[in-house]
Amino acid sequence: MNATALGGLLYRHPKLNLFLLLLPPLLWFGTVYLGSLLALLLQSFYAIDEFTALIVRTPTLATYVQLFSQPANLDIVQRTVTMAVCVTIACALIAWPIAHYMASHARGRVKALFYVAVMLPMWTSYLVKVYAWRLILAKQGIVFWICEHLGLGRALEALLSTPGIGGPSLASSYLGMFIVFVYMWLPFMILPLAAALERVPASLLQAAADLGARPGQILRQIVLPLALPGIAAGSVFTFSLTLGDYIIPNVVGAPGYFIGMMVYQQQGTAGNIPLAAAFSVVPIVLIAVYLALARRAGAFDAL
Amino acid sequence: MRALQPLGDRLCRRDGRALTITTAIEFRAVTRSFGATRAVNGVSLSIAAGEFFSVLGPSGSGKTTCLRLIAGFDLPDAGEVLLAGRDVSSVPPHDRDVNTVFQDYALFPHMNVLSNVAYGLKVRGVVPSEREQRAREALAMVKLKEFGERWPAQLSGGQKQRVALARALVNRPKVLLLDEPLGALDLKLREEMQIELKSLQRTLGITFVYVTHDQGEALSMSDRVAVLDRGRIEQLAAPRVLYEQPATAFVARFVGSSNVIGGELARRLTGSAQAFAVRAERIVALAANAALPAGHVECQGELLDVQYHGASSRWQVQCEGLVIAAEPRDAEAAQVGSKVRLAWPHSAMVRLAADAA
Repeated sequence: MNATALGGLLYRHPKLNLFLLLLPPLLWFGTVYLGSLLALLLQSFYAIDEFTALIVRTPTLATYVQLFSQPANLDIVQRTVTMAVCVTIACALIAWPIAHYMASHARGRVKALFYVAVMLPMWTSYLVKVYAWRLILAKQGIVFWICEHLGLGRALEALLSTPGIGGPSLASSYLGMFIVFVYMWLPFMILPLAAALERVPASLLQAAADLGARPGQILRQIVLPLALPGIAAGSVFTFSLTLGDYIIPNVVGAPGYFIGMMVYQQQGTAGNIPLAAAFSVVPIVLIAVYLALARRAGAFDAL
Repeated sequence: MRALQPLGDRLCRRDGRALTITTAIEFRAVTRSFGATRAVNGVSLSIAAGEFFSVLGPSGSGKTTCLRLIAGFDLPDAGEVLLAGRDVSSVPPHDRDVNTVFQDYALFPHMNVLSNVAYGLKVRGVVPSEREQRAREALAMVKLKEFGERWPAQLSGGQKQRVALARALVNRPKVLLLDEPLGALDLKLREEMQIELKSLQRTLGITFVYVTHDQGEALSMSDRVAVLDRGRIEQLAAPRVLYEQPATAFVARFVGSSNVIGGELARRLTGSAQAFAVRAERIVALAANAALPAGHVECQGELLDVQYHGASSRWQVQCEGLVIAAEPRDAEAAQVGSKVRLAWPHSAMVRLAADAA
């Protein structure tokens, strides 16, 4: 069959064309990506033999019982989820004005500059940034130095002595960890939000103002509902990235364990792959529940 | 217009007796520039309450900017905009008693039709039961009674247009602004909507300010029309006056699609180089051996093109250095390229302002 005949065949059968186009990526996505994820999840229904430390390959819920019956594990889940929620809310609050400016006001070069500036931190190594933050937040770091010189040393001390978020220094407190998480995931909130806000026509805002809506009402009743899919997409990023991360809690922050660290430790040093798998099911379930709730709240109605 | 003088928000006759006309909108030497271009350049006008007023002009003439200045989406650089006698030059849109029908309808995609129409009542704190009732009345007014539960994405262009109209009318504004509302509709629907808009305006008695580039629309619906070109008013008059007595060459060409005749031909026909306008349908074709009718002037030329329009044919005739459009009645079919004789009565010639080209 020559090239023209093949072209004609594909033109007459657009579905075949599409199928051939999609086959390679679907094979990759289906086997390598989803397949390995499924294999991992199946591991969570095995359990480890206490004495031999070998995996018993019979389906059981023993690992989940272990996960949810030990208060230390529940603490870890609670700590991680709290952090993820706080980081997501902070990212959304900080991202909103920036995304709004990028979508509705910036034009031409300024707009391009903003997009580059938002993505620029992602061009550098993740580890470099995390260790840089440790130095910035350390006791001899620049944040302490600036606070001292601005006469805010006392205020910082008071903040760090707050139970729950404080610690010996910013670099070893939940507050510091929170700052680093927000910095790291902010672009993942700004970009989908800006994309969503770009799709809100200016005439809708004018129409609302014309009908008597004040700026606050326009924001709540028109812009926010139309931007919700963007916020939902961004929050899935910030939420799941925080839930799964194990480097930031290791390098910056207080000694308490996070889900990511537990997964890393269980499948590594502890050799308990079923428990590691069970821990990694937690974020997946949480995200699924979150998306279901967002859908019920109408976040995707405007899609 | 000389006989009327603005006095506060009322128009008074010279003799001092107040008329029952109140001024809904007034522009006093309004200018609005974007960069180096003056989109609106020293425009003064006043629109009476209950008037159907059109702003007619080609794209880029500043007509939409005029509308935005009334609605408050834009503010004048110089001059004043008055609504019902109050200077609103720095009042935001939500505090103006004016509603707009947008060119792209601007329906809220995340609300159903009823919520769209009721939105103006909601933001003004009208209780839910009353706002549903009033929104349903507004929908009935635009003949979309059964469509309240539909979503904007499920509507045709004409239906969206009606929803936008109902939404703008539900607040019972004193002034309704319409920005080329029929631009996206097909011809038949457009003609229906013209009739409906006009009858709505008559029954509701509110002021309509209608922006359009379609001279047919402006002439058929309006009480008065302002013809805009490059940010200035070329002529502000009733449709019949615009059509029959255009003041400038621009108005003659844009509104009546008249021939504008100046230069040597004007000098030969009228004895003065001052340009005049003559409409195509006032021009007759003479047979080769026919005598010139009394009170007519004549020019001869070469027939360049014939466009057949059913009821008439439109000729393009090259005549002493000008191309003249003529719609001669009962003219015999003439060959393109042949010599033809055109004539028109003196009464068909309308002198244009001196600056006309």
